[in-house]
Amino acid sequence: MNYHITHRTLYEYAAPVSVSHHVARLAPRVTPAQACENFSLSIFPEPALRKERTDYFGNQLCFFAIQEIHSRLEIITRSRVAVSPRPPAPDESPAPWESVAGIFRDPVSPEVVEPYQFVFDSPQIRASPALADYARESFTPETPLLAGARDLTRRIFTDFKFDPQATTVATPLEEVWAKRRGVCQDFAHLGIACLRSLGLPASYVSGYLRTRPPEGKPRLVGVDASHAWFRVFCPGPGWVDFDPTNNVRPAGEHVIVAYGRDYGDVSPVAGILTGGGEHAVKVSVDVAEI
Amino acid sequence: MSDAENSQRGREQTPMTQSQSQSASDDTSFAKKAKPERLLSGYHRSAGAFDELLAAEGDIFPHYQKLVGELEDFGPAELTRRAEASQRFVREHGITYNVYGDPRGLERPWQLDPIPFVIAPAAWRELEIGLVQRAVLLNRILADCYGAQELIRSRWLSPALVFGQPDFLRPCHGIRLPGDTFLHFYAADLSRSPDGRWWVVSDRTQIPTGAGYALANRLVTSRILPEPFRDNHVHRLAGFFLAAQTALAQLAPRQADKARVVLLTPGPHNETYFEQAYLARYLGYTLVEGQDLTVRDNHVFLKTLSGLERADVILRRVDDDFCDPLELRNDSILGVPGLVEAVRAGNVVVANALGSGLVQSPAFMSFLPGLCEHLLGEKLKLPSVATWWCGQTPAREHVLRHLDRFVVRPAFRTHQSLAEVGPDELRRRIEFDPDLFVAQERVELSTAPAWDQGSLVPQPVSLRVFLVADGQGGYCVMPGGLTRVSPDTDGKFISMQRGGSSSKDTWIPSATPVQELTLLHGANQNVELRRTGNNLPSRLADNFFWLGRYSERADATSRLLRSALLRFNPERAGGSRPLLAPLLQTLETQGQLTGISARPELWANAEAFEAELLAAIFDAERAGSLRQTAEQLQRLAMLVRDRTSNDMWRVLSQIDDRLAAPPARQVMLAGDAVGVLNQTLLGLAAFHGLARENMTRAQAWRFLDMGLRLERAVYLCTLLDATLRSSDAENPSLLEAILEVVDCSITFRSRYNLLPTIPAVFDLVLLDDKNPRSVLFQIKQLVKHFDKLPKERGDSASPGKTILAGCLSRLEKTDARELAGPPEKWPESIVAATVRQTLRALPQLSDAIAASYFAHSAISRTGRGEV
Repeated sequence: MNYHITHRTLYEYAAPVSVSHHVARLAPRVTPAQACENFSLSIFPEPALRKERTDYFGNQLCFFAIQEIHSRLEIITRSRVAVSPRPPAPDESPAPWESVAGIFRDPVSPEVVEPYQFVFDSPQIRASPALADYARESFTPETPLLAGARDLTRRIFTDFKFDPQATTVATPLEEVWAKRRGVCQDFAHLGIACLRSLGLPASYVSGYLRTRPPEGKPRLVGVDASHAWFRVFCPGPGWVDFDPTNNVRPAGEHVIVAYGRDYGDVSPVAGILTGGGEHAVKVSVDVAEI
Repeated sequence: MSDAENSQRGREQTPMTQSQSQSASDDTSFAKKAKPERLLSGYHRSAGAFDELLAAEGDIFPHYQKLVGELEDFGPAELTRRAEASQRFVREHGITYNVYGDPRGLERPWQLDPIPFVIAPAAWRELEIGLVQRAVLLNRILADCYGAQELIRSRWLSPALVFGQPDFLRPCHGIRLPGDTFLHFYAADLSRSPDGRWWVVSDRTQIPTGAGYALANRLVTSRILPEPFRDNHVHRLAGFFLAAQTALAQLAPRQADKARVVLLTPGPHNETYFEQAYLARYLGYTLVEGQDLTVRDNHVFLKTLSGLERADVILRRVDDDFCDPLELRNDSILGVPGLVEAVRAGNVVVANALGSGLVQSPAFMSFLPGLCEHLLGEKLKLPSVATWWCGQTPAREHVLRHLDRFVVRPAFRTHQSLAEVGPDELRRRIEFDPDLFVAQERVELSTAPAWDQGSLVPQPVSLRVFLVADGQGGYCVMPGGLTRVSPDTDGKFISMQRGGSSSKDTWIPSATPVQELTLLHGANQNVELRRTGNNLPSRLADNFFWLGRYSERADATSRLLRSALLRFNPERAGGSRPLLAPLLQTLETQGQLTGISARPELWANAEAFEAELLAAIFDAERAGSLRQTAEQLQRLAMLVRDRTSNDMWRVLSQIDDRLAAPPARQVMLAGDAVGVLNQTLLGLAAFHGLARENMTRAQAWRFLDMGLRLERAVYLCTLLDATLRSSDAENPSLLEAILEVVDCSITFRSRYNLLPTIPAVFDLVLLDDKNPRSVLFQIKQLVKHFDKLPKERGDSASPGKTILAGCLSRLEKTDARELAGPPEKWPESIVAATVRQTLRALPQLSDAIAASYFAHSAISRTGRGEV
């Protein structure tokens, strides 16, 4: 599957900004199942300083600073991405979840040091006995890891209501848990927190989802949005993705931008401004199949 | 000291190669037999602890003999006098420690025991070697964790210790640092077990605090005990700070002689703010808060009144995760956006390096012996207190089996306290997430002599020692340290945050006289003469301006209240009003008295009226009271602490102290209050005199004086305005009161030799530009200051200048003889209009100054709030 993706972010500030520093993580990642063939990042006004590098988790990062007085900032990315509709790994992968959790208990073998980073609490995700109890309904003894993760994904989809009004990016997981509502980011955090509470490595994935217009309606440009889901590490198949917001295993329609421990590691555009006051932000994403 | 004793000292100086426990017994063999009587009559070795003074046989260790002998010679009375002097020194130098959540307010005087802690030179040399090895080792571990991570892959280090720690700052991974130095400073807390061995109880790698307090303790102790200090040839601390200065200057990406080092503070509410300001002044660094710095073109700059000036090295007292809200903690208001990227580009060096807090975790202690052999090929010389990290299965099982034997602590930095957690809950928490916990053996502390009401008593001590990187891969150890004392430690480590603890100077004696060092540069260096001093951070200019305003507000308020109290006669028959109305009106307009003009019943009730005046002086709860103004002054003085002299600080502290402490349980009389006001005015006069005579005419002084002039003009105009509105305005006794308030009685008498009249008073107080207490004088001074201020951007006519020009031309056109006419005409007079217009212009002027020079633009955030 090939996509043209356009992601436009526009900030409008109530007061002039004299200097601002930003970090953007907007470039689609290159993975065995995903190739990024063109990527451009345009910033208006032109930054005085702009540096690209790879961050700790291997994501493409662009640091930029604007040093002229400005009251709006526009960031536009365009990319062309090829995603292979990889057949889902079989749920029958035999490894029971307890044996996988056992690998990630001290002492850890050098081969799994990379996924081991994702077992621990991170700034926005804390393991808890309550989350472990919730997770154990899917991970009954001897349940194969992937079957358990599939069932956890289904239960989050069923037990929690998608409600963009219920939360913001600053809403802590405890509140999502109590309200039983949230958006894709909250459900990804929840899935990760459940898995980590059982001692399993799970990571946050940010990216895009191709949306299909309702039957018989034309596809509207720019109505898509950034998306988020999680992945869990299973010896053998490696990292396997799950999307609890849509209760699916991503295959061909999810485009990966960044991996991290939680949203804080991968937020698409972060900035600190001198001045600015209140600000309004408009985001539009368009994922067009070619 | 006898020759025999001197030769003993000489023998003790010989290098020793034995183990630490043997060195302790060696000390005993030289012990002096006779024990001084009076001073030590109550001193006994406590069972189960090592005593620093007395050997097992009850003899004094050689390295303490000289000190104890001299203390004994002083006698109890002299020692008591010196102990009291040490407390006075602490207060007068403003050595303080902030205790979080203390209802008594921010600053608490530093506790210092006058008797120094003495360490034998041979034992110290061994400690030094062990400490340097440990600092080198911790630095190597940091370099690996933030680089290749070979230690994790090769299993020398458990990955959970790094990846599971909030202090592992991933954005700092891969940054190359000059000399691979993470730990420019390192401190360790040491204690001595009953067998005489030293143990490291904790490593301080994030922000090793306390070196400044060690220096302050040395300052005080060497002054109250100059003879023992000299005779013991105590090693000086200056060399350590000189090494720090040199090392930091060499880190600068620019040439060392141009390098600017700044000390980044979290601000005056931080517990060790005193130390930060003290060190900044001692080392000659600019003390800055995060908002004083900005990143442009990937370089760090200091915002000064004259523009941006580059900063090369940041000595930080802000926790590393708070240093950059962009790449580190997003909610930080203490940091500098873009700092991490500037560090990554090599344009600025932060000390200690961002991420250094990682190895402060006590969990590392259990890995250090293995890591030392692996990385350095040596045995770990200085042992850590026995530590089990529950992240390792055998350690966890051991801990859970013997939970009652250990002190369980959080393994990583956290705000969770374990103090209230019972054993069952603790066990449950350890089992759920074992990585988060360590267990340590209870720390045994040795005892050392401390001063207690005329004699020496043994008290538990711990020692914090300090190291600085020498830039060549090694470390320099401060010869001494911060000794902490606690009368009751309860098996826990001493913390200055807990009450009741005190501190000591730490002496390492030498057999021969020690080298004197100074932080000033040597004679053979090229000296660049500098005269500008015009690099005041805008935030400090703001603080100096308000320091000037509040000092004058305190002065004017004191004068008005004093004149009111002096004229208020309680025996006056009910209802007859003292001729005070303009004075009281001024206090009301400026917010010191509330609604007094609307409450005529107060005039009739002498007691109630007097109580009202006293409350305006002493009531800390009352908005605008003199007491509150004095507190503001004290607060502002703290904010500019590193830019003002000790004398200025002392003078302001005394003002605050006097107002804060009215005589206990004594009915405050008007006469007492007048006494306090007189003292306050003398204190303020001293402050203003120090400012005028002792501050260079640079920007700090200029803003201080501008604040003073502006505030004085406000009070003068308010008083003159109220006078013109008063029905008693022509009464000479009221005019005399007014002349007294503005300190012009003598001048007036020398000029006129007759009873005061309105035109003469207004000429002197409003229009006489030779009178330093006239309105015109203040305006002219402000005009002069404005001419010397840095040009504003764009160089268009500055709003402040325009306002001042208007005031000046109106005043110069005004003639006080106009008031010779009948009082009914006064409100419409040009004089009255001038006073009113000036009064309106002054707040605008203050706002214009703030807008031009103090603009601290608020920082806002985007991104983590949106998708």
